[in-house]
Amino acid sequence: MNKSFFARNPSVLIFIACLALFTLTVSVLADGFGAGVISTSFVKTLGKTLCLCLIAIAMDLVWGYCGILSLGHFAFFGLGGYMIGMWLMYARTELIVANSLAEAEIPPTAQEISDAIGNQIFGVVGGSDIPLIWSFADSLTIQLAFVVLVPGLLALVFGWLAFRSRVTGVYLSILTQAMTLALSLYLFQNESGLRGNNGLSGLQNLPGLDDVPQSTVSLWFFWASALALGLGYMLAAWVVSGKFGSVIRGIRDDEARVRFLGYSVEGYKLFVFTLTAVIAAIAGALYYPQAGIINPGEMAPIASIYLAVWVAIGGRGRLYGAVIGAALVSLLSTWFTGGQAPDIPLGFYTIQWVDWWLVLLGFSFVAVTLFAPRGIGGLFDLYTGRHAPNRHGADLGPDMGSLREKEADE
Amino acid sequence: MSTLLEVSGVSVTFDGFRAINNLSFQIADAELRAVIGPNGAGKTTFMDIVTGKTRPDEGRVLFGEKSVSLLRMSEAKIAQAGVGRKFQRPTVFEDQSVFDNLLMALKKDRKPWSVLFYRKSKRDTERVEELAEQIGLTEQIHRTSGELSHGQKQWLEIGMLLAQEPRLLLVDEPAAGMTLAEREQTTDILKEAAKTRAVVVVEHDMEFVRRLNCKVTVLHEGSVLAEGSLDHVTANQDVIDVYLGR
Repeated sequence: MNKSFFARNPSVLIFIACLALFTLTVSVLADGFGAGVISTSFVKTLGKTLCLCLIAIAMDLVWGYCGILSLGHFAFFGLGGYMIGMWLMYARTELIVANSLAEAEIPPTAQEISDAIGNQIFGVVGGSDIPLIWSFADSLTIQLAFVVLVPGLLALVFGWLAFRSRVTGVYLSILTQAMTLALSLYLFQNESGLRGNNGLSGLQNLPGLDDVPQSTVSLWFFWASALALGLGYMLAAWVVSGKFGSVIRGIRDDEARVRFLGYSVEGYKLFVFTLTAVIAAIAGALYYPQAGIINPGEMAPIASIYLAVWVAIGGRGRLYGAVIGAALVSLLSTWFTGGQAPDIPLGFYTIQWVDWWLVLLGFSFVAVTLFAPRGIGGLFDLYTGRHAPNRHGADLGPDMGSLREKEADE
Repeated sequence: MSTLLEVSGVSVTFDGFRAINNLSFQIADAELRAVIGPNGAGKTTFMDIVTGKTRPDEGRVLFGEKSVSLLRMSEAKIAQAGVGRKFQRPTVFEDQSVFDNLLMALKKDRKPWSVLFYRKSKRDTERVEELAEQIGLTEQIHRTSGELSHGQKQWLEIGMLLAQEPRLLLVDEPAAGMTLAEREQTTDILKEAAKTRAVVVVEHDMEFVRRLNCKVTVLHEGSVLAEGSLDHVTANQDVIDVYLGR
């Protein structure tokens, strides 16, 4: 009965193989290796897409498996990005400042260096003092720990408050959205100490590695993203494969029943919420150095709603579905909004995809919800023969309150 | 036989409506008890109070030898203490197999960490197979429970309760929507369970209660109207009035 993890979950092995093949192909064709078929900027786009796939896995875990429709996971993603961004920006500015001051006749004091760094980073928001939250920005180790700790702690406190009061369903979604909005509004203020609406920039440059061309750096991050995605996928698959997965799917389907079985539903929700927040933060910490810039606009509620749309289109409750949805929709989005998609002249009106892409996305979301509730991932069922029992629309039980077949499918 | 559950002087009001009115109830270890009563008599509310879903306005609910009060405990804690509950309509986890449903219910550490690192032992597999046999679902064990018939789902839920190894089982209308043959098997399962633990069955159907052949408590307007053997309570004039109308 106790087969190995991979034998019980063949889809994990297939996924890892596909991911490895993809990574290898892109690496060989990339600028960094001299083939130059794939431009550096496209390697970055692909690397960012892998990060988005990782956060989609987190979303699938919390929504598709545990039934918590969180509209706040991009807040954790953004926070992760800010934490690593602080180090990238501080350490690089420190080097530049030290270089320029070194040419002065008198060696600069520590205070002078600190003032100059403050000026460089915060001049744009009219300050020169380094805020308290940047205290550890010179230490990569501490900031890396913060990538996990800060969003994790926020999720833990928020989740504890929300789940303890038994807030569920759409109310919880609204609450998570409010949290995201509050956080992004706070970061928009200059007083927040994270450069207000300017955000953090120049993150694509690694401190001390100015000699390394971006074509190579982009590959490093691409590999790191692929590795994180692979590990994240395995972790998520492991979490949902065993009895823990049974319990959280039970919570999704019938919370009260799980409670009467003696499981503390709140504890499980909190665990999943926090774990996925940490995964989202790690994805963010890999994403923003490739994007080069982060600002509070990234954490606007709409980003988290997109995330839900990706997962819904890809197929909830299956991990590869989330990955497919995130990759497909975000790449298409890049293509359409990047002005690469050809306009469609209708004679009296020209459809410009930059404007009309959102409408198309909206329609596809509605179409998937109506006609293919299992999403794109559901197509795989046609091959594997995983079918829901066909009850020809009969009730699932004798009572009026029982679900009809259609409801149970959803 | 010692008292396992003691409910005394419990009242609960919903928006001015007194659902339970100074209710007292006792059940011993290894006792089978049927609770009957017309609609709105407070049968389900009574179960809600014992399992922690509803907090009573006053009264005491004591459980076990140490007489622990259940009123301050969460639903999950009460379940862990040994109170199992079956709902009116079958609630099993439909997209999971019979095996997984039973495995989830098996009496084990319920904390997230230990569940995450849980490895299925040979003993657990055997225990699940035993349970499946007890409820007559051996052949269906690897099927998705959503595919089961209504009666089979009811049994599966009873099986999940047995897997919890509760000391007190609360069963809400187990025979609803079952065929005659299915009812007979349900009676057998419940009688068998009552040999080692206390079982409270809420039921409408007099025939089914007669087959259980046990002490009966009649509830009416939130309190106990009569208690005794089925013949005794059906001979009671108050009970006749309540059931047949004045």
